[in-house]
Amino acid sequence: MYDTFPLWPARASTTAGSVDALFIFLVILSAMVSVAIFAAIVLFAVRYRRRRGVTAEPIEGSTALEITWSVIPLGIFIVIFLWGAVIYFKERTPPRGATEVYVVAKQWMWKLQHEEGQREINELHVPVGRDVKMILTSQDVIHSFYVPAFRIKQDVLPGRYTTAWFRPTKAGIYHLFCAEYCGSQHSGMIGQVVVLESAQYEAWLSGGAASGSMASSGESIFQQLGCSTCHRSDTQGRGPNLAGLFGKPVQLEDGRVLTADENYIRESILTPGAKIVSGFKPIMPVFQGLVSEEQLNALVAYVKSLNPSSSGAAGSPAAVPSGAKPQETKVQ
Amino acid sequence: MADSPTAVEHHNPALKHHFVDMEQQREASSLGMWLFLATEIMFFGGMFCAYLIYRYWYFPDFAAASSSLDITLGTVNTAVLICSSLTVVMAVRAAQLGKRQQQVVYLALTLVLGLAFLGVKAIEWTSKFEEHHVPGPTFNFQGSIPGHPDQPVDQHHAQLFFSLYFAMTGMHALHMIIGVGIFAYLLYHAWKGAYTPEYHTPLENSGLYWHFVDIVWIYLFPLLYLIDRKK
Amino acid sequence: MATAAITAERETYLNQEYGIKSWLLTVDHKRIALLYLLSITFFFFIGGFFALLIRLELLTPAGDLVQADTYNKLFTMHGQVMVFFFLIPSIPAVLGNFLVPLMIGAKDLAFPRINLLSWYLYIIAGVLMLHCMLTGGVDTGWTFYTPFSTAFSNTKVIEAGLAIFISGFSSILTGLNFVVTIHRMRAPGMTWNRLPLFIWAHYATSIIQLLGTPVIAVTLVLVVLERALHLGIFDPTRGGDPLLFQHLFWFYSHPAVYIMILPSMGVVTEIVPCFSRKRIFGYKFVALSSISIAVFGFLVWAHHMFVAGISLYAALIFSALSYLVAVPSAVKVFNWTATMYKGSITFSTPMLYAFGFIGLFLMGGLTGLFLAALGIDVHVTDTYFVVAHFHYIMVGGAVMGYLGGMHFWWPKISGRMYPESLGRLAAVIVFLGFNLTFFPQFILGYLGMPRRYWQYPPEFQVLNVLSTAGSTILAVGYLLPMVYFLWSMRYGKIAPDNPWGASGLEWMTSSPPPTFNFDHPPVVDWEAYDYENIPAPQEARSGG
Repeated sequence: MYDTFPLWPARASTTAGSVDALFIFLVILSAMVSVAIFAAIVLFAVRYRRRRGVTAEPIEGSTALEITWSVIPLGIFIVIFLWGAVIYFKERTPPRGATEVYVVAKQWMWKLQHEEGQREINELHVPVGRDVKMILTSQDVIHSFYVPAFRIKQDVLPGRYTTAWFRPTKAGIYHLFCAEYCGSQHSGMIGQVVVLESAQYEAWLSGGAASGSMASSGESIFQQLGCSTCHRSDTQGRGPNLAGLFGKPVQLEDGRVLTADENYIRESILTPGAKIVSGFKPIMPVFQGLVSEEQLNALVAYVKSLNPSSSGAAGSPAAVPSGAKPQETKVQ
Repeated sequence: MADSPTAVEHHNPALKHHFVDMEQQREASSLGMWLFLATEIMFFGGMFCAYLIYRYWYFPDFAAASSSLDITLGTVNTAVLICSSLTVVMAVRAAQLGKRQQQVVYLALTLVLGLAFLGVKAIEWTSKFEEHHVPGPTFNFQGSIPGHPDQPVDQHHAQLFFSLYFAMTGMHALHMIIGVGIFAYLLYHAWKGAYTPEYHTPLENSGLYWHFVDIVWIYLFPLLYLIDRKK
Repeated sequence: MATAAITAERETYLNQEYGIKSWLLTVDHKRIALLYLLSITFFFFIGGFFALLIRLELLTPAGDLVQADTYNKLFTMHGQVMVFFFLIPSIPAVLGNFLVPLMIGAKDLAFPRINLLSWYLYIIAGVLMLHCMLTGGVDTGWTFYTPFSTAFSNTKVIEAGLAIFISGFSSILTGLNFVVTIHRMRAPGMTWNRLPLFIWAHYATSIIQLLGTPVIAVTLVLVVLERALHLGIFDPTRGGDPLLFQHLFWFYSHPAVYIMILPSMGVVTEIVPCFSRKRIFGYKFVALSSISIAVFGFLVWAHHMFVAGISLYAALIFSALSYLVAVPSAVKVFNWTATMYKGSITFSTPMLYAFGFIGLFLMGGLTGLFLAALGIDVHVTDTYFVVAHFHYIMVGGAVMGYLGGMHFWWPKISGRMYPESLGRLAAVIVFLGFNLTFFPQFILGYLGMPRRYWQYPPEFQVLNVLSTAGSTILAVGYLLPMVYFLWSMRYGKIAPDNPWGASGLEWMTSSPPPTFNFDHPPVVDWEAYDYENIPAPQEARSGG
């Protein structure tokens, strides 16, 4: 699995190549600059070492030189900045249609749940070549989801969602580390990302939990908690209609307009008074303390599934084989 | 080398050995106090920054919490502090004019006003304690968002307001207490005749400190007490 | 300048008064500098001891030397002690306190009693920190991130926070003293453009100390209140925001790194001209670069938070600004190198430390370019790459500058010469040990080894072993000067006023100086670094 003495991390995502390219450029640039300065110093130290009868030449300076060696480095820095910024922009913009994985970090383990419902602890199975977007939150302190082989890292915060995405390019097993100090077993909060070829992944997926997709779990919770009494699928409800809500702008009663993203849905469940939708009364009960992180994730997945164009189709479990048909597609 | 203007200054008992003359000493002391006040701006600035962010995020809850503060007492305290800054200036002026008696009177007034401020603050804090507005296990804020009687205030956000309220007014009060101590010291030495037209630097610099503490309050008062008060 | 006869007991600041009270109640900036020297050396060895334990644990992948909780306390306290009780005070409180009045021709700092108060605050803070460490310690990391530090850690966070809070006041008062002194107490003829660049560096450092330190002070107050009273300012379960803590923390802690490096740069800027026998190349640009670093240093704090959850646009802005602050540092390196051109160079111990500084600071600074690049930072932040980067700057840079300065001014401070060959040997040992300790960590970081890890996957072991091996060599390099500096106080050659033939008012008074620095107040009518008019170094006298 691993070399005994690796000097370069495995490259297993689409981002890894670009990150490595910039890194290598910087290594070469740094080496050149270091060698140049070291050579100059050594040269001067030898050539201008103290010798009897030879005095130093008083030189004040040279404004031209100062400007040159300020502007040229600045120019190079701007190039590096832009290059790094482009990579970062791509890293922080998950592509549309990415498969979603919900991650809940806690001291000291990773709990992951696939859209289709599979749960994993400290392990994440993903297929080669598919975009995976992670929606991460923490149950306690700040953690950080780090997969060196993918060159991605994202801090995981309590009380809100952060996101990260990757597309694996090579099958294999790669380290997953927690990269933000989180207490006693911080260094034990590690796991692995298992990248499988497509077919193997489908097999793994279908051999999984019979609990149904996240969206369908979310739908059950939605019913159980009574959300559907106010959030009806028509305009008669005391709460806004959630169909087609996710990802769209929402007008609040104080005039602000926001996008209904994962954090908005989450906040609206936990502290509904924080943002009241225009035209509605502030009567939604507070669910803070009444739902777990996993239930919240399922509810978010459910609301997303209410969008007409979403892969899950309105309200029904995803088309991917799930516990609905366990026997036929069990793993070989 | 600049010569001292008078032989008297050269032997002024207040001249410290490492300074060349009284002017250098005075300018150094003054610059020192201004720099110290700059550090105080940064110190309070951190709390103001936290306050401004949460107020922006949770404006309705903050407005509700703010309106539970006693605006009369707050206004009284503002007036008290402004008057005390005036008495400080008068004390410095008295020193410049060589009037010992006046110095003592104005310094004593400043002290009284400072203590009055702290007394009023104690009353305010006591009432907050009685209303269960002190952050912690006993915190309970009854009320609704101003203008929306059917919408209760979020307890967490209200508690944030009061955490910052106590932190900021508490830090300010601590500075006031230190100021009161400084002015008690000045009062004693003024009474003994230590401050003359040639040398009253401690009065001037302590005055700067006092004015600064006053200015901090002038920012605190509207920010904390006057959010969204429409009467 | 009068040099005393060997046998006559000349009055200096060291022998003017004897007894512990004369030291503990002194207001002489030179004695206060020595009080600081003792205290920070003590804390340096405590922090170093923690480092050694960390490196010993990391010899093997498994956590087998200490328990996980102990390890977490070790790296936390290593960081806190080294940053707040060694690096931040080091050069300003020792060399700065000693030299600033001398270099500008003053009798003392503007506020001598505040200077002493500053030391006492440091000691009180240090005692509190020691007590905290001995009664359980703290395990939050020196960065105290919330909500772990406010709501989850079971260790003495409040005590550690208060200790650092108090030490902050020590720092603020030192900075305040320096700024006022430099503005108001320069000798006649000592214009701003004639100031030694050591003074410019300390001026810039002092500005940062004054404006930055209060922010960490108030942040620690809020953390302590939050932890004690469960307030919720940084706790998301009570409506607070953990990122607010990070912004407030880094707003100081980034400029703090410039507090740690600028004085060292000032030291190097004194050493290189002296041992090249020519003025610094580009005086005005070097002075300007110190001020620029101080100013721009306040604008880049969130480059510690690129993956923390800040917005994409904020990240872009902070990355761009971080590249801006790299330019003045680069300018300094070029100016030092250009100073050597057509110089007349000797390889004394201070000069060896200066060479080491330039090389290692260059490497540390170049790796800063990696970290400022957003795409790279996502991969290497919170890994050993960052650990290596900041140790290159703080140890390879700041500590080497400190040691170089100690060697350069030791004759002035103590009146004795240290043994030159041992000095050179120690400098080389430090340089080699340092590189072996920290270069492998760049590789470890890129491979993906996170920081603050008590145990690690086996494939990282070889590099960790190399690093630990280096740290033992580094330790030897640090112990040597301790030993021979002490030795020299009794047996070292008597130092002349100006053993190096250096420019600067401090060299125009005796070694050690009298209590009031100068027998006659100097009047300056020459430019700084006028080496063409300074005679070659005298021979140091032998004997004891």
